[in-house]
Amino acid sequence: MARKLLLEHINVPGINTLDVYRQKGGYRAVEKALKTLTPDEVVEEVKKSGLRGRGGAGFPTGMKWSFLAKPEGVARYLVCNADESEPGTFKDRYLMTYIPHALIEGMIVASYALGAKTSYIYVRGEMMPQIRILERAIAEAKAAGFLGKNILGTGYDLELYVQPGGGAYICGEETALLESLEGKRGNPRIKPPFPAIAGLYGCPTVVNNVESIAAVVPIINDGGDEYTKIGIGRSTGTKLISASGNLVKPGVYEIELGLPVEEFIYSDEYCGGIANGKRLKATVAGGSSVPVLPANLTLKLANGEPRLMSYESLSEGGFATGTMMGSGGFIAFDEDQCIVRNTWNFSRFYHHESCGQCSPCREGTGWMEKVLHRIEHGHGKMSDIDLLVDVSRKIEGNTICPLGDAAAWPVASAIRHFRDEFEWHVREPLKSQETNYGIAKYAEPIAKAEVTTDN
Amino acid sequence: MSEKVKVTIDGITVEVEPGTTILNAARQIGGDIVPPAMCYYSKLEGSGGKCRTCIVKVSKGSEKDPRPMPKLVASCRTTVMDGMEVQNITSPEVMEARAGVVEILLINHPLDCPVCDQAGECDLQNLGYEHGLQKTRYEFERRTFERIDIGDKIQLHMNRCILCYRCVFTADQITNKRVHGILNRGDHSEISTYIQTAVDNDFSGNVIDVCPVGALTDKTFRFKNRVWFTKPVDAHRDCPTCSGKVTLWYKGADVLRVTARKDIYGEVEEFICNTCRFEKKKTDDWVLEHPTHISDASVISSNHYETMIPLPVIQENLRLQEANKVELEKTAKF
Repeated sequence: MARKLLLEHINVPGINTLDVYRQKGGYRAVEKALKTLTPDEVVEEVKKSGLRGRGGAGFPTGMKWSFLAKPEGVARYLVCNADESEPGTFKDRYLMTYIPHALIEGMIVASYALGAKTSYIYVRGEMMPQIRILERAIAEAKAAGFLGKNILGTGYDLELYVQPGGGAYICGEETALLESLEGKRGNPRIKPPFPAIAGLYGCPTVVNNVESIAAVVPIINDGGDEYTKIGIGRSTGTKLISASGNLVKPGVYEIELGLPVEEFIYSDEYCGGIANGKRLKATVAGGSSVPVLPANLTLKLANGEPRLMSYESLSEGGFATGTMMGSGGFIAFDEDQCIVRNTWNFSRFYHHESCGQCSPCREGTGWMEKVLHRIEHGHGKMSDIDLLVDVSRKIEGNTICPLGDAAAWPVASAIRHFRDEFEWHVREPLKSQETNYGIAKYAEPIAKAEVTTDN
Repeated sequence: MSEKVKVTIDGITVEVEPGTTILNAARQIGGDIVPPAMCYYSKLEGSGGKCRTCIVKVSKGSEKDPRPMPKLVASCRTTVMDGMEVQNITSPEVMEARAGVVEILLINHPLDCPVCDQAGECDLQNLGYEHGLQKTRYEFERRTFERIDIGDKIQLHMNRCILCYRCVFTADQITNKRVHGILNRGDHSEISTYIQTAVDNDFSGNVIDVCPVGALTDKTFRFKNRVWFTKPVDAHRDCPTCSGKVTLWYKGADVLRVTARKDIYGEVEEFICNTCRFEKKKTDDWVLEHPTHISDASVISSNHYETMIPLPVIQENLRLQEANKVELEKTAKF
C-alpha cells in the first residue's frame, strides 16, 4: 500500500467530527505551528516540501506564499479556492465532505504563516451540503478554541468564513474569485497586479486550492523534508486523483506522485482496469482543460518509457505528445466512446462558462462549439477540421485569463491525435450517427515515425 | 517625477514617464505603429484589456530582464519598462493574431452597416477594413437581441455590441450613479439597464460617444443622415453643467446632431451634457469656431471643407460669416 497523507483516516467512522479527528491526531499541526514555529518557519517548511499547487497550474505553494507583499498596516488575506467545477474533477468536494477538519486545520496553519487575520473559503454555490458541513466544522473548531480570538493562548486571532459562490466555473480563476468574493460580477481581473500585491479589497492575498491547503497539515506534522521523500523529482508528495469514466472502480484516490499511469488504471489498488472488459481508447489526465491523449501515449512516453503520474512526466513531450497534471481529474474513455462527441461536450461547457469579458474567448468558444456540434451531428465539412484548429489557435494565449487556453487545448489536441475520427465523422455522416469509430490504432504501440512535432 | 524610461516600438525609440502603457507610448510616437483600441479609453479608468485588438509582441522585456514576454500582451494594460522592445506592425505574428481578433469580433456583429448610423465613424468598420477577411468563415446564425430604448434619447441595439464595457465605465465614472451594466455571461452577455429602467442623468448621452460601434445610438439622429453627408463644425456655448465644447454636424443649414469633440483616436476630449447634446440643435444656440479637422483616412473627409467651398449656411448667415472669417479668407485667397 502506498502512503496516504490526506485520506489516511478517511474510513474511520465520524472522522468528520472534531472529536474523532482529534483522536486521530488532528490539529497537531495547529499546535505545532502556532506554539513552536514562527510564520516564516512555516513558509520555509512548505517551501522545503516542494508542494505544488493542486488546483491545476502546479505553481509551488511555498514560493507563492513568499511572494505575498507585506506592507505595514494593510490586512492580508488567505482565500481557499473551493470553487471546484472542472468537468472530471471532484477531489475537493470529497475532501470537504468527509474530512472537513483537514481543510480547516490547513487554513489555520496557512493563515498563521501568511499573517492573515481573516480567511475565506470560497465554495462553489452548487455544493450546498459541503457549505453546511464546513460551517458546522468551523463552529466546532471555534468552540474548541482553534478559531477566534487568542487561539490556544498564543495571541493569534483568526476568523474563518465560508462564502458560497454563484456556481460559475470562471470564479475558480483566482482574480474572478476575488471579484466574486467582493460581491461583484465574477470577471477575471487583468494582471498585473497579481493578487499577492493587490488582491481581495486591494490587499495582498493568497489564493490556494483546497487540496494544497490540506496538504500543509502533513507537511507541518512530519516536516517538509519528510514530505519530499514521497513522490518523484519536483513532483513531491501525494495527490488526490478523481478518476472517472469507463473504469471498474472510479472514485477519488490518493496516489504517490510518480505512480505509473498503467498501474493507476489497471491495478486493483486503484481503478481496477477498464469496465466491461473493454480496451482503453483515450484519457484526459487532468480535468477537461488539459489535452486529451490516445491510449498509447497515455501509458507510454513518445520514447517508449512508461508515463508516470507526475507533473513532469505527464507534460513530457509538450503538447505534441504530452498532456498536463492539471487538477487531477482523470477521465478514461473505452473503445466505444466517441472523441468527437466528447470534444463537443467539453466545448459546450466552455462556451457556457465563458465570462464574456474578452472577445476571443467570448466569441471563439461559441464558434468552436457550433462547428463541433455540426461535425458530431453529421453535417460537417472537411474544412471544418482545419477551421477548428485555426480558431483554437486564435483563442489560445490571446485572452485575459486561462479559460481561453483551457477551451482551446482540448479541441486542438483532439484534432491532433484523433484527426482520423473527425474525418470519419465528416465522410460517413449517417454511419457516425449510429455507430462509433472504435479504437482504431489508438492503443497500438507508437511507431517512432509517428511522433511528429506539428503544432 | 522619477526618470523617464526608454521604450522602442517597431524600431522607433521614445522616452516616456514610468507607468505609461505601451499603447500610450505608441500614441506619443503616433502614426501607423499605434495599435488600434476598441475597448481602451484614456478618459475612463479601468477600461481596456478586453477586446484584444491592441495586442503586441514584447520581444525584449526590459534592460534588466531582456527575456521576451511569452505571450502577446494587451498594449493598453501593459506598462513599459526601461529598455523594452515592442513589435507591433513589424511582427507577422501580431498582425495574424490581430486579424484573428477582428474576425472573432465580427462573427456575431450583424454587418448592417448600410442601415447603421455609426457607419463612417465606426471603429470596427475601420478595423475590419484594415485587418478583416473579405468573406466570413462563420456559417451560423448570429446572436440577436431586441432593440431597447434606454430613456427617450438613446437606443441600445445589442446585436452590434462588442462588449467593450466603455459605456459601463462611463456610466460608472462620470455620472452620479451607476445605471447600467452587463447581464448574463459568455456570448449571451448584454449591456442592460436592469428591467429596462431609463438611463436618466445629465451626462448619460456620453455613452453614445464612447461606443465604438453602433450599439448605442442617438435617437434624435437615428436614420436622419449618413455621417459622411454631414459637415462637422466645432462650436461652443456657455453651459452651466459641462464645458459646452462640441462638434455640430450640419446638413445644409440644419444641425442634425451634436457630439463631443473627438481626438484622432476617436476619444472625446471633454464629456458633454445631455442638454447640449439633445436640446440645442439650432445654430443660434452656439458660437461656431471652425470646421472640425477630419482625418484624410476617414470617409467623412471625402466631401469635406478642403474642397474650399463654404457651406451654404455660412454664406447666408452673417454670424457664421463672422465666426468663420479666417476660413473664408483662406477660401478667398484660393
